[in-house]
Amino acid sequence: MDKNAFVKYATGREKRSPSLKNSILAFISGGLVCLAGQGLADLYKMAGMAEKSSATLASVTLVFLAGLFTGIGCFDKAAKICGAGLLVPITGFSNAVTSPAIDAKSEGFIMGVGAEMFKIAGPVVVYGNLVAVVYGIIYYISLCIAG
Amino acid sequence: MIYLYVFLIGGAFCLIAQLLIDKTKITPANILVLYVCSGVVLTGVGLYGYIKDFASAGATVPLTGFGYTLAMGVREAVDKHGLLGVLMGGLTSTSSGVTAAMVFAVVWAALFKSKDKNI
Repeated sequence: MDKNAFVKYATGREKRSPSLKNSILAFISGGLVCLAGQGLADLYKMAGMAEKSSATLASVTLVFLAGLFTGIGCFDKAAKICGAGLLVPITGFSNAVTSPAIDAKSEGFIMGVGAEMFKIAGPVVVYGNLVAVVYGIIYYISLCIAG
Repeated sequence: MIYLYVFLIGGAFCLIAQLLIDKTKITPANILVLYVCSGVVLTGVGLYGYIKDFASAGATVPLTGFGYTLAMGVREAVDKHGLLGVLMGGLTSTSSGVTAAMVFAVVWAALFKSKDKNI
């Protein structure tokens, strides 16, 4: 391998390796968060809850914990390592609501906390519902055609 | 065995998002929107139901699962109320997660102070 080829090879590796590490960390941490959700849901089911309610309560528990850890300050530290592994599960949604809410506390509870908490969650809810409405209309039309 | 599928599928959703963040210019905030909307579309075409049956929390905990809940809510409301159901189902089915996030956020904002970001 001559020098140029090596430089090319080395820079290629250099760029790729953090991404590979990020991906592995995201995969493992994301998988673990989902496992925690499943474990909680199974626990609630064992305690006698209906299947749908136990899954809902498991999500609510994850939202609660992610918000708490955001408040304490360790969510941001963990998210720096785990990346999308904490962002993509419902914990990321909770963090997106809680983090700006806490930051905006100095601007008051109405236009600060109340308004800023929707900075990221707002678009998520708006566009999620927009696509869901489009789906609903298509579904309604398909029902009409099917009779 | 279900726990293995939960881990693998849940992890795969996060892995794809990480690759999108690292390799493209999509920001994390856009990932959240993209994932919820993709969840609705995947549910609409009938795929996400299978993923959910296969991986349980591996499909419901990622934000695509939020989209699944939205779409299923709209679908059930259309079955029940006809065209008006299009406007009713989404927020109803996702109410617990959104309400919990809002209420807890106010509580956490009251209890905690903003961390110094200059570290």
